[in-house]
Amino acid sequence: MKLIDHSKVLNHMKPRLSFNVFFRFLFLLATLFGLLVLGILLYRIISEGFPYFDLHFFQSLPSRHPEQAGVYTALIGSIWLMAVVAPVSLILGVGTAIFLEEYAKKNAITTFIQINISNLAGVPSIVFGLLGLTVFVRALALGSSVLAAGLTMSLLVLPVIIVASQEAIRSVPKELRQASYGLGATKWQTILRVVLPAAIPGILTGGILALSRAIGETAPLVVLGLPLFLAFLPRTVFDIFTVLPMQIFNWTSRPQEEFRALAAAGIMVLLILLLLLNTIAVLIRNKYQRRY
Amino acid sequence: MSETQAQMSMNENDGNKLVYKTNGLNLWYGENHALKDIQLHVVENEVTAIIGPSGCGKSTYIKTLNRMIELIPGVKTTGEILYRGRNILDKTYPVEELRTKVGMVFQKPNPFPKSIYENVVYGPRIHGIRDKKILDQIVEKSLRGAAIWDEVKDRLQTNAYGLSGGQQQRLCIARCMAIEPDVILMDEPTSALDPISTLKVEELLQELKKNFSIIIVTHNMQQAARISDKTAFFLNGEVIEFTKTSKIFSNPSDKRTEDYITGRFG
Repeated sequence: MKLIDHSKVLNHMKPRLSFNVFFRFLFLLATLFGLLVLGILLYRIISEGFPYFDLHFFQSLPSRHPEQAGVYTALIGSIWLMAVVAPVSLILGVGTAIFLEEYAKKNAITTFIQINISNLAGVPSIVFGLLGLTVFVRALALGSSVLAAGLTMSLLVLPVIIVASQEAIRSVPKELRQASYGLGATKWQTILRVVLPAAIPGILTGGILALSRAIGETAPLVVLGLPLFLAFLPRTVFDIFTVLPMQIFNWTSRPQEEFRALAAAGIMVLLILLLLLNTIAVLIRNKYQRRY
Repeated sequence: MSETQAQMSMNENDGNKLVYKTNGLNLWYGENHALKDIQLHVVENEVTAIIGPSGCGKSTYIKTLNRMIELIPGVKTTGEILYRGRNILDKTYPVEELRTKVGMVFQKPNPFPKSIYENVVYGPRIHGIRDKKILDQIVEKSLRGAAIWDEVKDRLQTNAYGLSGGQQQRLCIARCMAIEPDVILMDEPTSALDPISTLKVEELLQELKKNFSIIIVTHNMQQAARISDKTAFFLNGEVIEFTKTSKIFSNPSDKRTEDYITGRFG
């Protein structure tokens, strides 16, 4: 006796196939919605900002007169900030990841630390701003300097870098570690010569994505008291400075129409900077990507 | 192992140099008693095969011989393993030192994602050898020793992942030989290889035993019969029988060995 009635199966065929098509369009629609909003946003920014987006804009200091104003101090400030955040967050983040993955015993304490790191990644950035204000700006008396902002931003992106680096280190096949240990290598030699080279694409991709977040953050810097208007450049990491998002924030809060166009041009600069960073991340990933 | 067998293997070994002496080795994975009172002696320049069904402890035992077993958390051991007279289970014996004398070839070929050359010089490099001329000589000697030199000599700088599975495994053997060990441990080295590559590795073993003592775990009884001088049969964490390969396959003294060898279980 047959348990399946094939005429019923055939009857059921049509709704199954139409559902298949329906969901395909549903997902396409979801994708298109995001793309459409992004497209409108980009169009508005570029059409507004383009008239101001020229060499003069890059070379000029901020000014009360919109036709003279530029992003020079903010752009250089953002680069200064990156110069502090990149080494501090990468060294601390990768070091923590190596410790947790390779050295730490799997017990209640490491699990607790692990959960907290993942939670920290979800803490609102303004909370990190308050922490930076208390510790770096006030307690360590660094003021609204490059160093204070850089350390605050490093703390902000640290959880992301740790988690990404851990993932990358964990995905290195254990057979490769065994091969190294089997030849008499120490743990450090194995990490340096086998684990890190294999994990570097993942670590750098995560690191650069974290840096792109740091470059666009505004809220913690507002709390740290970074100036909205600054007409000189920092000379050392202890100097006061400002960054692109702060400059854009300043311009959008001005009443004059021209400043809003300036803000759009500033956003274009920020987007280009982000695009550059992401391109580097993709290039690194493609260059080092290996199969196992 | 029964007393008579222990007696016998002792007598057989009279006058030979022993590489490994295992006395009353017990091993637990947490609560699981994986090795029970192992008594096993390995003679210099012989091939010792370890056979037995899955989960009998043969891989566990071979991994204990270079303490790779320590990578698994929750492992406890009692008893002693004397390597050239020194107890390797003594925590003061540096495991890195042990592993420069005892090389290991794994079940799955595991070359590093580096060039063929870099794979072979990995061991010598970590032991501090930097002289390019010496490294070059080590590469040629090891690759020749592993019978893969002619196949790769023109592409030493290409990635080892471009080699076939059988070539990768011989490269791993070369990498192991490059540190000039005293003993080579092999954990089912041909189980991931096709028959032709298996044959090549087996032929290689006959060459290798002139210079190294070899301990090989294998699932393949014909392989054990073809290549080894002595064979140990493990079952449920115990050594049931350990004697000359010719004897164990023609006239086993234990019923369980006979059942396993004739394919009645396992």
